[in-house]
Parts: sequence; structure tokens; C-alpha cells
Amino acid sequence: MTPEAGMIGVGLSHYLTLAAILFTIGIFGIFLNRKNLIVIMMSIELMLLAVNINMVAFSSFLNDLVGQVFTMLVLTVAAAEAAIGLAIVVVFYRNRRSIEVEDINTMKG
Amino acid sequence: MTFEVSSLIPALPEIFLAVAGMVFLLLGVFRKEDSTQIISWLGVAAMAVTGYLILRGPASAVTFNDLFIVNGFTSFAKILVLIGGALTMLMINSWAQAAKTARFELPVLVLFATLGMMMMVSANDLISVYLGLELQSLSLYVLAAYQRDNVRSTEAGVKYFVLGALASGLLLYGSSLVYGFAGTTSFEGLATAMRGSETHIGVVVGIVFVIAGLAFKVSAVPFHMWTPDVYEGAPTPITAFFSVGPKIAALCLFLRVLVGPFAPMIEEWQQVIVLISILSMLWGSFAAIAQRNIKRLMAYSSIGHVGYALVGLVVGNEEGARGLLFYLLIYLFMNIGTFAVILSMKINGKYVEEISDLSGLSKNHPGMAMALAALMFSMAGIPPLAGFLGKYFVFVAAVNAGFVPLAIIGVLSSVVGAFYYIRVIKVMYFDEPAAAFDKPDMVNGAIMTLCSVLMLVYFVVPSRLVEGAEAAARALFLG
Repeated sequence: MTPEAGMIGVGLSHYLTLAAILFTIGIFGIFLNRKNLIVIMMSIELMLLAVNINMVAFSSFLNDLVGQVFTMLVLTVAAAEAAIGLAIVVVFYRNRRSIEVEDINTMKG
Repeated sequence: MTFEVSSLIPALPEIFLAVAGMVFLLLGVFRKEDSTQIISWLGVAAMAVTGYLILRGPASAVTFNDLFIVNGFTSFAKILVLIGGALTMLMINSWAQAAKTARFELPVLVLFATLGMMMMVSANDLISVYLGLELQSLSLYVLAAYQRDNVRSTEAGVKYFVLGALASGLLLYGSSLVYGFAGTTSFEGLATAMRGSETHIGVVVGIVFVIAGLAFKVSAVPFHMWTPDVYEGAPTPITAFFSVGPKIAALCLFLRVLVGPFAPMIEEWQQVIVLISILSMLWGSFAAIAQRNIKRLMAYSSIGHVGYALVGLVVGNEEGARGLLFYLLIYLFMNIGTFAVILSMKINGKYVEEISDLSGLSKNHPGMAMALAALMFSMAGIPPLAGFLGKYFVFVAAVNAGFVPLAIIGVLSSVVGAFYYIRVIKVMYFDEPAAAFDKPDMVNGAIMTLCSVLMLVYFVVPSRLVEGAEAAARALFLG
């Protein structure tokens, strides 16, 4: 099925715009977020998913499989990264009894 | 596509290190008593064997469908990374034994981080860049939070993780744009694509994102905000590891990416690197003045050093690359030596990290004071110490390529930097003596002696190492 047949009017630029928006939301989620660390973890995942959308869209439009291979690898690594991130958040919580962003403030300067 | 065993040979050092790491993990699990000590020494031995395999391996080769490259440049960078890894592994082990926090995962994580750095240096494709970088980073996040019952260590882990993941995200987003608009991820393919007709603006945006991601990893200003906190919070020997291996690997990767696939775009990226280099040099000098904690001081110092090293990258030719590699070589020994001294700042078995704690060191431990003085003078770039030569080669390359203002800013900011390095020396020699430190343990004593002697006598025999850096730089530009 060609891209035109199934999705009338949806072109590469739409995918790229969607990915750019998701990526921006991810970055803002990290910097503007005043709530807690889990939101930051979700923002990081959102950024990586935006990248994956980019990769798959390019891969499809270039007729080149490398983009999809890259996506598979990114997904795998993102899973490992999330696991390690959550583990670190858990040890932080045990010491600090909080995962509020405001409480990450022992060191300043 | 057929598979031949001989295609594994260029990656033999990495394969050996990976297998060694997994065997050590098993060893640690199956031995009843704690095996940190034995695994640390075995790890150093494994790194030595890896270094030997690198030196005996093929001088230049490409394998795994062009994902992985070996040449004189990668071998030089890998040897630096391995020296940094092995020396810090010993420091980490002696610290863990003394602080009674030894767990066998510690040396194994250092080993895997080192493996990731070697993969980064050898990457010849955006995919392998990402995978190497993540193998390194994931190990480092865990190492930063290693003291899991300590608030500062876990907080350092959280900060490092969040900003490191952000950096990886930026790098990946850039890679995806470059892939999409240039049509390939392989370095050769990208170089060809960019040498061709008018480059798409998407590629330029992609390159900017890749540069931002890498600048995070080398902690260049304006992407440096995680460095002081992570350096202060992480356990001291692990900070020592952070300050050498990952920096060296990331700077080598930076160099390889910019003068390799992105070389035809030099006009575009040069401006960006000039800016972050100047900002890093200035910020590294001025922000360090107000610091009281010596680990924080070292964080700002390392930001400044990255700025000087980036001057070599700005130039973007063989002379600049030689300057950068040589700078990294000197930086490696300077930093490890200084951290060996910081690790010996211990009063009655308790670690102290304020600069004022150093007062009276010249009376209590004259040898240690002398070593630290030599290292600090070298960091400040006072001739004839090694640090001076490192800066000299970088700035000469900049001047020869017409970047005179950049070199002048560099020299001026290193004068400002000299202020806080020399203040440390003043505290040691002229301030009222404070409580004496415990006797430094053997490993730290040996490392600080080795590094400070290297800094002092280096100018007698500079040519050999410069030749090494030069050969590596030549290999980089050959292909």
C-alpha cells in the first residue's frame, strides 16, 4: 500500500511537525516542570518517541530500512534507560522521602 | 551478506573487554565472600590486555558493515581512555575498601563504562555513536548514585540521569534529522552527501542538535550546569573517573564527528564551536574563583579545560587535532594526579573536601604538598610544566589558522584561571596549619607521585608523545 492510498494528504511534513511538537513538549516538560521526577521521566520518554516517529517516517519515505533498525535500537536502549532512571529515583526517594523537583537541592552554586 | 570470523578481528579488544566484564560479573555472583578487590585487579589486568590487543591489532580497518572503524586515531584515544579507566579503577577500589562500601559491581561498571567509551571512539555511523554513548552513560548514571544511602550521591545520580538523558535525546533528534535529509547514517555516506550540491536546511538543524548533545556530554558552557553538582555529589574516586574517561572519549567523538562526516559543513559549525569554546574558557575561569569545595573547583576547572581543548577542534585541521589530542593526554594525568591528592584529604578516616582543609599541608605532608603544587602549576599552564605545552600546541594551531582573537581570549582566561590554582598553593604553603591529614594510602601515593613527576619532567622528553598525537591526528584526516 502506497502512502497516498491509505492516508490521503498525510505527507512527510506532517509526521515531522508532529515529532517536533512532541519533542518540544518533552523539553519543556523537563525544564518548566515544578512537580515531580516522574513527570520528568515521562518527558524523556516523550522525546525519545518523537525521535522514533521521525526515524520511521523518514525510513518509509526514503524507502530505506536503516531508520527502522535505528528505531528498534532506540526502543531497546530507552527501556534500559527508564529502568536505571527509576532505580535511581527509588534510591533518591529512600534518602529524601520525596521526589519533588524542589527537593533536589542539597547542592547549589 | 556473509559472515566471516575474520571480520571480528578489528573489534577484538572490545570483544575481549566485554567478555571479561561478564565473566567478572559471574565471578562476583558465585564467590561467597566479597570480591571487589580481586575483580578490581583483574579488571586492571583486563584493561592492560585490551591495550596490548589494540597495539597489536590491525592499524586501520573497518568492520560490521562500516559501523566500526579502527585507525591510528581511535587507537590513541582508546589507550588514553584505558589508562584513565585503569588508574581510577585502582583509586576506586582503595576508596571502597577504606570506606567499607565495596561491592563487586563497582569495578564491573567501570569496565563497562570504559567499553562504552571505546565503542564511542570507534563509531563510524550515527547508530554506533548512539549505542556507544548510551553504554557509557548508563554505567555512569549508576556509578554517580553508587553510595545509595547518601543523599548527595543519589541526588548527583538523579541530576546526571535527567540531564544525560536530555543530552541523548538532543543527539538522537539531531541524528534523525541528519539521517532523514541526508539519506544515510554512515559517516562516509554523510560526508559524500554533504560534499554534493546545496545542503538541505534540515541537515544543518540536525547538526546543531548533534553538537548540542555532544556539548552536554563534554560539559561545555552553556550545557555545563550538571557538572558542578554531579562532581560534588558523586563519591570522590568516581568523580575522578567522570573527569577523565568520559571527557576524553566525548571530545574524541566530537572531533571525529565534526571533521569526519560534517567536514564539508565546517563554515556552519565552526562559529558554534568558537562560541562554546570561548564561553567555556571564561566561565571555567571566573566561576571557579568563588568555590570553597575542591571537587566543585575541579568541576569548573574541567569546564575550562574543555574550552581549551575545543580551541583545537575549532581549527578543524590536522594541527588542531594534534593539539587537542595532546591536550587530552596531559589533562588525563593532571586530573588523575589531583584527584589522588583529593582522595588523600582524610582526617582520622573521615574525608574532607574544603580548600581550607589543605592549609598547613606543606608542614604535615611536604611530599603531598609538592605533588599538588606541581599539578596546580601545570593546570595553570606555567612553563615549563606539561600543562603549559598542552595549551601551547592548541593556541599555536589556532593562531596559525587565523583565529588570533580566540587564542588571545584563551590566554587571558588562563591567566584568570591561574589565580584560583595558585590560591590552592598559597593555602597549602602560607596559611595557618589546620589538622593534619592521615597518611595517604599506597595506591593514591603512587598515582600522585607518578602524575606529578610526569608533569615536572615532561619537558625533557616531549617529542615522543607529541609524535604519538601527531600520528593519531594524521590518521584521523586520512579517512
